[in-house]
Amino acid sequence: MTATMAYATAGIGLFVLGLYALSAYTHLLRKVIALNIMASGIFLVFGAIAHRAPGQGADPVPHALVITGVVVAVSATALALALMLRIQAETGQPRLPDETSD
Amino acid sequence: METIASGQPWIIWAVFSPLVGAIFAFLLPRHASLVGCLAALATSGAILGLVRQVVEFGPQRYLLGGWGAPLGVDLQADGLSVVMLLTAGVVGAGVTVYATGYFQRSSQAARAFWPLWLWLWTAMNALFLSADIFNLYVTLELLSLSAVALVAVSGNADALTGAMRYLLVSLLGSLSYLFGVVLFYGAHGTLDIALLGDLTGPSPADWVATGLMITGLAIKSALFPLHFWLPPAHAAAPAPVSALLSALVVKASFYLLLRLWLDVFPVSTPVAGQLLGVLGAAAIVWGSLKALRQKRLKLLVAYSTVAQLGYLFLAFPLASTLAAATAWSGSVMFIVSHALAKTAMFLAAGNILRSVGHDRIAELGGAQRSATLSWIAFAIAGISIMGLPPSGGFTAKWVMLQAAFASGQWWWSMPIIGGGLLAAAYVFRIVALAFAPIGAPGTSKSVPKRMELAALGFAVAAVMAGFATLQILSLLDSGAPFGQIGAEAVL
Amino acid sequence: MTWNAALPLLVLASSLVPGLIIFCLPEDSKRTRTLLNLTGVGLKLALVAFMVWGVDQGARYEIRLPLLPGLDFVLRADALSMFFALLSSILWLATTVYAIGYLEDSPNRSRFFGFFSLCMTATLGIALSGNLVTFLLFYELLTLATYPLVVHRGTETSLRAGRVYLSYTVTGGVVLLAGIAWLYALAGDLEFTAQGFVAGLVNDHQTALVAIFALLIAGLGVKAALVPLHGWLPQAMVAPAPVSALLHAVAVVKAGAFGIVRVIHDVYGIETAAQLGVTAPLAALASATIVYGSLKALYQTDLKRRLAFSTVSQVSYIALGVAIAGPVATIGGIAHLVHQGLMKVTLFFCAGNLAETLGIRDVTEMRGVGRRMPWTMAAFTLGAFGMIGAPPMAGFFSKWYLASGALEAGQAWVLVVLIVSSLLNAAYFLPVLWTAWFEDPAEAWPAERFYGRFETATTLLVPTVCTAVISLAVGLFASMPFSPLQWAGLVASLEYQQ
Repeated sequence: MTATMAYATAGIGLFVLGLYALSAYTHLLRKVIALNIMASGIFLVFGAIAHRAPGQGADPVPHALVITGVVVAVSATALALALMLRIQAETGQPRLPDETSD
Repeated sequence: METIASGQPWIIWAVFSPLVGAIFAFLLPRHASLVGCLAALATSGAILGLVRQVVEFGPQRYLLGGWGAPLGVDLQADGLSVVMLLTAGVVGAGVTVYATGYFQRSSQAARAFWPLWLWLWTAMNALFLSADIFNLYVTLELLSLSAVALVAVSGNADALTGAMRYLLVSLLGSLSYLFGVVLFYGAHGTLDIALLGDLTGPSPADWVATGLMITGLAIKSALFPLHFWLPPAHAAAPAPVSALLSALVVKASFYLLLRLWLDVFPVSTPVAGQLLGVLGAAAIVWGSLKALRQKRLKLLVAYSTVAQLGYLFLAFPLASTLAAATAWSGSVMFIVSHALAKTAMFLAAGNILRSVGHDRIAELGGAQRSATLSWIAFAIAGISIMGLPPSGGFTAKWVMLQAAFASGQWWWSMPIIGGGLLAAAYVFRIVALAFAPIGAPGTSKSVPKRMELAALGFAVAAVMAGFATLQILSLLDSGAPFGQIGAEAVL
Repeated sequence: MTWNAALPLLVLASSLVPGLIIFCLPEDSKRTRTLLNLTGVGLKLALVAFMVWGVDQGARYEIRLPLLPGLDFVLRADALSMFFALLSSILWLATTVYAIGYLEDSPNRSRFFGFFSLCMTATLGIALSGNLVTFLLFYELLTLATYPLVVHRGTETSLRAGRVYLSYTVTGGVVLLAGIAWLYALAGDLEFTAQGFVAGLVNDHQTALVAIFALLIAGLGVKAALVPLHGWLPQAMVAPAPVSALLHAVAVVKAGAFGIVRVIHDVYGIETAAQLGVTAPLAALASATIVYGSLKALYQTDLKRRLAFSTVSQVSYIALGVAIAGPVATIGGIAHLVHQGLMKVTLFFCAGNLAETLGIRDVTEMRGVGRRMPWTMAAFTLGAFGMIGAPPMAGFFSKWYLASGALEAGQAWVLVVLIVSSLLNAAYFLPVLWTAWFEDPAEAWPAERFYGRFETATTLLVPTVCTAVISLAVGLFASMPFSPLQWAGLVASLEYQQ
């Protein structure tokens, strides 16, 4: 297994792990973290793809895109956390209403 | 594809006008609604300018900063983009007028609404004009984030939880889409839609990428059974926001799906098409049945959106046949007419809610004394939702039916036709209330005239849109997004 | 736009524009509303009369606007459309005057007359439609415009009746849409043409054409109240009397019957239809409806419900006449479009007068009412004899032509249907007449009101007497030019010319 494949497999693994956590847990913070893990998985795959052929330098485009993606993910996370805090303040629960058990 | 043909770069202004407006609305919260109106005016002007250019000179492509693909960011406008832009422009301008009456000047909600709404408009216009799949990801995400924030504007528990669920589902959809982008880039080394279209083929990587993108965009377009997030979010939002979300935001992700289906995904994916069609038909039935059972007016309208979105997906199973261009035209016509009619319905529902103080259907009987025009608007918009002639909803259905018969798959005509029946059931459930004897007076509040007129205007526009069908279809042909001359291909 | 193209639009505008203005009027501006109503009616009647004369002279009135790819919105005046348009305009005049009197002091009059005018616009639109899509447009508009009239009183019963009405008519509209869309996909044309436009498809698409015919007739049959699609009609009786009159005599049921005539004559063509073997089942269905409606009418004691079932029965004469597939029977059927309209509108006006003046709703309460309200009952008697088909009333000519047409076409069984139906008509009308004229009145009427000089309000009495007289006159002067019978002959000759 090449290094590229190892990174890509790990990335896919993270994506699946995050997907599981997103559906399995009801605490909103866990859901937000799960989404971040999924995003990290994708970025990892993207980074691995930049390695086009042995001996050549890395393709710069994926790196630029990953940085953009990270910025988007950060703002989404910020919005999610802000919403979570407001929900906790309004309902006293860091969860969505019909999902009470953890 | 040619670069900008001549004159003003309207394509840039269509994105920048709302962006500049958003910044100023944020910086000058006391004058936010004035800034909003000016930005709406400028944006509408830019869209009209672009429409004229496309009509006169054909599709437009603009290289931001002059770099061009693969490194630069390209903007591109063909008939499909322009029809979407125009729909967004009409709805956006009308909702702007409505919102000046809806939000009290310099209230907390108004301060949040104006920058977010203009930001949403920026993201949407950029999405319709983007020509590479990563740029589309960014615009899609910006669109979702501003839409989520808009849902939360009213700040009550329903709105916050609705927004949160919307955000989680929406991020899931975006990530799924992004994974597809990564795989396409890994396989073909480009992000440009046109270049990708020549390179994709039936390889495993392409299939996985296609599957991920379709799933992600279907979640975002609230395709049954991934629609569960839509009704609470759309119903809990303030009325102008509900209208924007139902009329435009879900259509934006559908537009993206359509664009990729036409230009990027490996050719002829009949199985996926049939599956999307089945889910669309299920959405029509399920959404309508749920609408029939709702106890709140805004939830009923939101479930109606779930049902109506189902029609859009009926074009996919017909697209692998000779009738493809006809089917797509019908689908786009549905987008336009549903946008107008649903805006009217949500605005009218907002007026009714404001005048009566609640939107519990069981207690609305005889409430038509106040906000009479809004009841009328709701009923007229219902004509298009039911798909009765001469409304845009009817012509869309007609074109779609012709595609179903011409493709030899006549069974797809059944959800198209039957859906109208279900729609009539839930529309008249509300309209009948207006004929109950006038209820106890005194509790009702008056609604600013322009809010009522905005609702009525959209309703009338939805019905009259049928007479503009040929114009819309011929505008759609510019650049032949569907591969054939749509308007003539219908024949 | 030329004058000849503008005329059909003007005919529609003459009720649409007043209707839209009336919606905006405050409740108490009675005078403006009445003025608008009557101006609209007068104008429409004049325009239609002018066009009738023009069509007779061979003028062409047509306007088309592009609506769908390959399909136009077409309004055109031909012999059949003018026939229906003239009937509608005349009866609209009578019904408007009647409604003004009837709804004198009830709430929501602006809403009522607004939708009343819309309803008339839709009916005239149906009459003038030049293709099936335009027809569908107005057919659906008619559904939407009549619903508020049915539920006008806003009571629980009327809202329920409204639901029933809608579930039938909207379903009918949807079935009709399916048929029309399929037909267009097959034929690529929907333009009404004498002798139809599908003849070329018979060899290749026989099954499809039969299926489309079934869809079209099912969609139209809902409004024409063909059994078993008639369930909405007796329910809709909760509406105010002028609405019942309008629904039964002109607008709704006639729109359905008119549509059936159009489909057989101008879409399929009588020869093609006969060749496909679809006319015989339709004739059988119409006959079943005729007998069934009369039988049900016999068991109703509520006057308006009895009249409603009588309508179910009588309207099917039109479908029967067209389906027999012979020129003479066709004349009978088409003439019945007008004859039945005049007679039934009279009968409903009478029922409304009785209910409004004396509170009578049930036939058992009508004892001796002939002495209290002789004019009304005289009109009722004329209408009833017309329905039975006694000469020289108009109804007699319909039945006479139907019978001789059936014999000419070699379908003698139709005679049995006609005789049974006439006997049943007599059985449910004659006892009512006997009760009203020859029995002694009860001590007091259920709810009596007095109106000065005449037995009831002038605005109620005049339209009643007028329509009764006209229904007598079209029978007496059946052989004069421009009589319904002669005009029906013109329509039939267009279809049967070779």
